[in-house]
Amino acid sequence: MAENRTGSAPAGRTPGMGHGGRAMPRKDMPKARKGTLPRVIRLLMEDYKWPFLLAMLFMSLYSLGNISPSIFIEKISSIILRFVETRDWAGAKAELLPVMIVMVVILVVTIVLNYFYARLMAVITQGFLDKMRKRMFNRMQRLPIKYFDAHGHGDIMSHYTNDIDTLRQLVSQSLPRILQSGVMLVGLLGIMLWFSMNLMAVVLIGVFGMTFAVKHIGGKSASNFIRQQKDIGKLEGFVEEQMNGQRVVKVFCHEAASERDFDKVNDELCESATKATRFANILGPVMNNIGNMLYVIIAIAGAAFITLKTPNASIHGLLSGTFGRVLELSVVISFLQIAKQFTGQVNGIAQQFNSIVMALAGADRIFRLMDETPEQDDGDVTLVNAKENPDGSLSESDVRTGVWAWREPQADGSVRLTRLRGDVRLYDVDFSYVEGKKVLEDVTLWAEPGEKIAFVGATGAGKTTITNLINRFYDIQDGKIRYDGININRIRKPDLRRSLGVVLQEVNLFTGTVMDNIRYGKLDATDDECIRAAKLANAHDFISRLPQGYQTMLTSNGANLSQGQRQLISIARAAVADPPVMILDEATSSIDTRTEALVQKGMDALMHGRTVFVIAHRLSTVRDAEAIMVLDHGRIIERGSHDDLIAQHGTYYKLYTGAFELE
Amino acid sequence: MFKKLLRCVRENKRDTILTPLFMVGEVGLECTLPMITGMLIDAIKAGTDMNLILRYGLMLVLMAMGSMSCGILSGWFAASAGAGFAKNLRHDLFAKVQSFSFSNIDKFSTSSLVTRLTTDVTNVQMAFMMIIRTAVRSPLMLVFAIIMSIRMGGSVALVFLVTVPILGFGLFYIAKKAMPMFKAVFKKYDRLNNSVQENVKGMRVVKSFVREDYEQKKFADASEDVRNDFTRVEKLLAINNPLMLLAMYICMILIPLLTARIIIRSGGTTMDVGALSTLITYSMQILMSLMMLSMIFVMITISGEAARRIVEVLDTEPTLRNPAEPVTEVADGSVDFENVSFKYNPDAAACALADVNLHIPSGATVGILGGTGSAKTTLIQLISRLYDVTTGSVKVGGVDVRDYDMEVLRNKVAVVLQKNVLFSGTVAENLRWGDPNATDEELVHACRLAQAHDFIVAHPDGYDRFIEQGGANVSGGQKQRLCIARALLKKPKILILDDSTSAVDTQTDARIRRAFREELPNITKLIIAQRVASVQDADIILVMDNGRVVAQGTHEELLATNAIYREVYTSQTKGGEDNG
Repeated sequence: MAENRTGSAPAGRTPGMGHGGRAMPRKDMPKARKGTLPRVIRLLMEDYKWPFLLAMLFMSLYSLGNISPSIFIEKISSIILRFVETRDWAGAKAELLPVMIVMVVILVVTIVLNYFYARLMAVITQGFLDKMRKRMFNRMQRLPIKYFDAHGHGDIMSHYTNDIDTLRQLVSQSLPRILQSGVMLVGLLGIMLWFSMNLMAVVLIGVFGMTFAVKHIGGKSASNFIRQQKDIGKLEGFVEEQMNGQRVVKVFCHEAASERDFDKVNDELCESATKATRFANILGPVMNNIGNMLYVIIAIAGAAFITLKTPNASIHGLLSGTFGRVLELSVVISFLQIAKQFTGQVNGIAQQFNSIVMALAGADRIFRLMDETPEQDDGDVTLVNAKENPDGSLSESDVRTGVWAWREPQADGSVRLTRLRGDVRLYDVDFSYVEGKKVLEDVTLWAEPGEKIAFVGATGAGKTTITNLINRFYDIQDGKIRYDGININRIRKPDLRRSLGVVLQEVNLFTGTVMDNIRYGKLDATDDECIRAAKLANAHDFISRLPQGYQTMLTSNGANLSQGQRQLISIARAAVADPPVMILDEATSSIDTRTEALVQKGMDALMHGRTVFVIAHRLSTVRDAEAIMVLDHGRIIERGSHDDLIAQHGTYYKLYTGAFELE
Repeated sequence: MFKKLLRCVRENKRDTILTPLFMVGEVGLECTLPMITGMLIDAIKAGTDMNLILRYGLMLVLMAMGSMSCGILSGWFAASAGAGFAKNLRHDLFAKVQSFSFSNIDKFSTSSLVTRLTTDVTNVQMAFMMIIRTAVRSPLMLVFAIIMSIRMGGSVALVFLVTVPILGFGLFYIAKKAMPMFKAVFKKYDRLNNSVQENVKGMRVVKSFVREDYEQKKFADASEDVRNDFTRVEKLLAINNPLMLLAMYICMILIPLLTARIIIRSGGTTMDVGALSTLITYSMQILMSLMMLSMIFVMITISGEAARRIVEVLDTEPTLRNPAEPVTEVADGSVDFENVSFKYNPDAAACALADVNLHIPSGATVGILGGTGSAKTTLIQLISRLYDVTTGSVKVGGVDVRDYDMEVLRNKVAVVLQKNVLFSGTVAENLRWGDPNATDEELVHACRLAQAHDFIVAHPDGYDRFIEQGGANVSGGQKQRLCIARALLKKPKILILDDSTSAVDTQTDARIRRAFREELPNITKLIIAQRVASVQDADIILVMDNGRVVAQGTHEELLATNAIYREVYTSQTKGGEDNG
């Protein structure tokens, strides 16, 4: 039972991509690419070559041990048959004893091997999954933001839950099971050849019939299963929507109608579920009883062979010179066990087949994530601590000085240091997320150190996009961006981003204490530094009033805090990083006037003395900006200070006087 | 708990009973098969009489077919019984949620209700099928096989006295020990998933702060944690199979030895070689049944948690009920609060709303202002009886709201909720939530009042435009206007807007208010707003703070007398004054 432990995370709109991120459609049963299985095995070998080979050796050996009882039963039966007429128990005992001792030894070894195999596999499977998860996560961390905008969060999550789970199934169950069944089938074939080819022919005919039944029933069950999955998805979607809107349902007394709609979806699921389980349920008894009938057929065929004195062909006969003699009863008896084991193994392979197809599809999805091209970084300009020499020039320093400089290696091998000031300029920038659909066109703007630049415009006008380009979440298609006079493409991405602080409209906090969350901005910050940052951000007051103050645990994105409080923490987090340039994306959700004033004050304090890009949703925050850019469909249609723009009586004026909706 | 769940069997009673009945047939035949096979082997050994052999053979084939038919029928009925049971369970759950009051809904999160209706029901369905099939099959098989082997083998069956307890206790001991470990692992798993989710969602934060390496380390720790715990459980479970093999092999060695002794000593009269093969088959059946039993034990324990969560919903009683003799007519749109206090939780120390006295005449327009947490929403939710007052009384049309039929009351008191939702479907379908029988003209009229008509017809599909789940393809302001139109279609006597025009621009907002004033003079209108402009022309403005109505009056009166109102007003109009 593959339980989806995350549920279906909403693949909602991703922030930052104006025209809506689209989730990759996932087909019900996509075929894995070629080479997926060898790749899984290659990785497994890379991580656990010797333990895995050892485990497989153990398994092969104990599989052979598993089939040994059928040989012993033949031996014992033949001893019984020989001594039963004479009633010579002492004589029989003398012959039985050595057989028993060999049997005990083999079986004890089998049990021990089985135990060590299981322990080894526990270590290998869990270790391999751990390594795969880390491989996947580490690669994911290096992927560009584009990947996260283009893929639904639920889809990405399912790589870590469903897909890893199918991989576990593959490594710990399906692969060993198939190998084991293979070994046992070969062993059983060998034993059958050894004793009687005639009876072997009967067994093989029976197995043929069985595979036919499996294929028929299995095929039906698979198609019904897919329908059931679809209906489950439909029901889930319906329930989610209804539960979300439950209050509206109440207010409109729509309960009866909702129930009617639900029953429709529910009945459909019931029907397809019945069919799907029906075929799955039938498979067991059918297989079982085909096995039983095969049992009977072998008994009758054996009896017929014996009574009709049909010559028996066997390797044993060939070697001992009894080839072509009549079949022995003891052989028939042991064949009854062999046939059971043989059908059991065929059955086992058949059952693994479905799960292997599914597991490979899952493994392939994991590999697709791992094959994504990571974020490219060709930058050679780095951010270093610097100290100012008496002559005003800069030199590099090993210790934190508070003065930062860009370190530019020159063509001749020398190094040039440029002081980090926060001067950002965009020249004729064009950009599109999807080829042919321009989101920004001819955008030129500049921010001198300490200036506040505000972006105003409707949703989808391109405000967020501009900030995505400055920190290089996306790369521009045309034009150029200069940071302190340096082409930003030449700056190493981590250094570029370290120099830019970001407060996003959608606050993301991490599981951990409030203090941990503030410290996220600067990992080596002391408690004092964090508290100072919280004070600056106006967050200290409410944090002190929390039950455990700064040590209060935050879970599920700070669900126990209000929207405004979460914002204050995210401001403190940016403040502790103390970057020269800030990007502020204002929250759109309505918070009440008082908290808003608090957030505003925090933001103002943070902005002081920095170059700031503000994406404004409320015009009251942009009035003191040095420059306001009004964006419309990717172009800057108006620019200037608040007073200039009001005087122009253009779009900004209309927005400001409330004649236009911002959202 | 089981009684409650069993009530959902209903029309599947027949199938639920037939499943184990056919299972008895299947198991019975399956357990007789080895005995007849033994007889067949003995007949072969006796030789010559092919007729007897064929007779036994035919009998065996017939029995196998009978067993197969029983098995198929049992599986067949189990499927419909299980799926039908799950269907009823989902239906009951859904219907229960429909009967929930707001305070019931507050208790369960949306996602937890969705899980209960889907994953949890599926788990219980699996357990249910297992109980009526495997949980019948395994003990039955165990008992049958033991009885048969005692009948056939006599003292040989004593072997089971050794093996069954070893395996039985071993398996259950391991299962019991593994269970809490599994639960702990799943918790760690959740934590791991949670950390991935945080990362995927917050990737912009991670990248902005250049925290990729830090996150990798965090993830590696969580992942290794899961690995270590899981390895420990699996190592414990690694004993399962060898234990099973041990029991099996003890049988395999002792049974032939003991049988051989009896057969040879008796010269094949007490028992013969056929019995050897029969007894070995029985020993397999017995041990397999034990293995299945321990699996069932684990499965049922795991699904017990799911069952508990389902029953929790089923056991929740709706906190609001219709009165015995409900009033079915709302006389007019007057609203009166008399000494009303309200607590969301009866154990709470402080009241969410305290000492409210209000008298709103029918047809009046009332504005409500106040900060977050000042209980504006709480106040209006009492009017349509979404919650019941703790003390005092709320009257609509002069009658206590608790005396009305709830549906009548809610149809006459239309609320546009703050967190409003549109459903997937066309614009018209969404609007008809207000009135299923509304004509197209009525739709257009309501939309004109709510200033929604223009943008609806601006789209090529007009009123047939498809709205995606949650109204994702319309803007915030448009969504709010559609929600207002939907409420207007109820033709209410009282209309309540809970911050329902916050995303609508000021001019449209003003047009909506004008339309209300001119075209809906008889409807009582209560408007909660953040913007003073939205309420300043109301007949009465209520200023709320900290669960109390601290002032009421007209705009001019409040400007003159109330400090809070003045503060809010000046902060919102400051910009305009600066620019003269």
